[in-house]
Amino acid sequence: MRHTRMISLAALVASSGLVLTACGSAGGGPSSGGGKISDDKVVLGLLNDQSGVYKDLSGPNSKVAIEMAVADYKAKYGDKAVAKNIEITMADHQNKPDIANSKAQEMYDRDKADIILDVPTSSAGLAVATQAKAKKKLYINIGAGTTALTGAQCNKYTFHWAYDTAMLAAGTAGGIVDGGGKNWSIVYPDYAFGQDMNKSFTAAVEKAGGTVQQSIATPFPNDNFATFITKAESSKPDVMGIMAAGGDLVNFVKQFNQAGLQGKTQLAVGLMFITDIHSLGVDQFQGTQFTDAWYWNFDDQNRAWADKFKEKTNTRPSFAHAGNYSAALNYLEAIQAAGTDDADAVVKELEGKKINDIFLRNGEVRAADHNVIHDVYLAEVKSKAEVKEDWDYEKIVKTIPAADAYAAPSGACSM
Amino acid sequence: MTQFLQYTLQGLAAGGFYALAALGLAVIFGVLGVVNFSHGACYMLGAMISALLLEHFSLGFWPALVIVPVIMFFVGVLVERLLVQWLLRLDPLYNFLLTFGLTLLTVDIMKRQFGVSSLKYEVPAGLGGRISLGSVDLSIYQLFAAAFAVVICLLVWVGLTKTRVGMIVRAATEDAERSRALGINVARWVTPVFGFGIALAGLAGVLAAPYRAINADMGSNFIIILFAIVVIGGLGSILGAVVAGFLVGLVEAYGQGYYGQLSQVLIFVLMAAVVLVRPAGLFGREEAA
Repeated sequence: MRHTRMISLAALVASSGLVLTACGSAGGGPSSGGGKISDDKVVLGLLNDQSGVYKDLSGPNSKVAIEMAVADYKAKYGDKAVAKNIEITMADHQNKPDIANSKAQEMYDRDKADIILDVPTSSAGLAVATQAKAKKKLYINIGAGTTALTGAQCNKYTFHWAYDTAMLAAGTAGGIVDGGGKNWSIVYPDYAFGQDMNKSFTAAVEKAGGTVQQSIATPFPNDNFATFITKAESSKPDVMGIMAAGGDLVNFVKQFNQAGLQGKTQLAVGLMFITDIHSLGVDQFQGTQFTDAWYWNFDDQNRAWADKFKEKTNTRPSFAHAGNYSAALNYLEAIQAAGTDDADAVVKELEGKKINDIFLRNGEVRAADHNVIHDVYLAEVKSKAEVKEDWDYEKIVKTIPAADAYAAPSGACSM
Repeated sequence: MTQFLQYTLQGLAAGGFYALAALGLAVIFGVLGVVNFSHGACYMLGAMISALLLEHFSLGFWPALVIVPVIMFFVGVLVERLLVQWLLRLDPLYNFLLTFGLTLLTVDIMKRQFGVSSLKYEVPAGLGGRISLGSVDLSIYQLFAAAFAVVICLLVWVGLTKTRVGMIVRAATEDAERSRALGINVARWVTPVFGFGIALAGLAGVLAAPYRAINADMGSNFIIILFAIVVIGGLGSILGAVVAGFLVGLVEAYGQGYYGQLSQVLIFVLMAAVVLVRPAGLFGREEAA
């Protein structure tokens, strides 16, 4: 009897692995600011992952970046600063859309935040856009990749500052095909993000004149990719594109290397952060190409900022850190130009603005969809011998001009 | 045909690893009657400890193969003495819930301590790259892991069936009362066997370290596949765990090769089919049914 019971119990546990869950989100009521500077202070809200997968990539160190922006703004305008009293508030959304939604409400209502910054994880990023729209307050997303922020779910108060999936595809696929990597095999996890990336990459490869020989869907999560890799390699591609992220990306890359493919077949990673390279080590990723929105060691200007950042954090900044700095600084500049923190006035200042700063090169805040386009970079991971110091991991293969990197405003967006 | 052969070899290689990982689960259930849900967490601890040994003590893969199972053995002994033994006399559900709780606790502690990003690890020298066997290629490390796992499985099987200690342990599990009457100290064997099962989970973790992402979550998905394996093989059957390990490895490889995203579902389809035909699993004791 005991055996039968235990078998059904174990079978039940095993079957539970097949069940996946999803989360939703809800909206909230409106409120509005007014006067010159509402509540006599400007409150910047940083909402991101403080404890999970994206903690290193952005997390608490983005607060340091925002503090640097505030200090630079005050130093520049001194007594003439319109925003004299600036506060920063921070919360952890744990990458969950429901938590992001309630934290955003708290920030806008209780903390009197005038703007929310960052918000990685696409579902969470979209939840906050709904709040920004309802509360008529600003929101600049840096950490999430979804094109929906500037597409079907765009709104007047939401801006998308650093990158999106279409730009990753255009940068990486376009750049590698131009460099001679014509034949691709794509391996992608079979859920919303992976499917999106597969679609964007396939379109970008074909647009650049290459061919996608195979698109292979894998379960998510998954830790054994051995046979998927064999299958993807069977068509003898020039390039293998992997669209997984986090632990699955690490599994894939380790097994790709162990299949003896490193250096033989070009590996292209759909979404990769410098923190991924740092945690696994350059040797695992050596030769991998990907699109980076910003690299700290690209030129003297970036490096000078990265040095200041390192003094405060003892680490090098990711593009998300620099993006948060740039977004916060340009928001304060917009308040300065408008003479008020009134959301509508600030939006008006930002729309169409052309920006060159430590993060944005040839940047433009597109008025049509609030996508902030800028030059991005096709990067290749260095070999161990080429690394001269900590975090010196990337060679910039080419700079991709803003107009080539970003798709034209989608017709789906109406403000 | 070449492709089929390639998938088959890859399936067998993955299967060897699965067999070893499931073995500890089977041994613990066979001897103690405990469904150890924390097996995935112990597998994760094995891999994490390997990575930490490398980072802090420059102790690589080979020393870890010895050190980690020893550490995990004592972890197992501690858990058995402090917690598991008190629930042995009760409904097995209690120990199942206990080990489930331990899993949640362990995973969260590791997350808090080491974050969620994967830890670094290196492929041991000499085991990188791949070899060609005729028309098919295989990763050298995967072959090594499979061969190593099979050797361990054989040793465990021989140990339990052909040695005096093995016979005592089996006698103790078959009929604890009578074994006691014959002067066998049953309790004396329960603790080391639990520790041994946990050590096997740790060993699987060391083997996984060079080719899988090492992070606190790595056992959460894995435990589900392990349960499927022991259900297919028959709970508590060592031969069953090994055979089912290879079966699942093959099914997964064919799935990946021919049916893409279905590869994991197929494992559970196999499980359902086996349970329908033989409720006790392929090698389970039919008294149960």
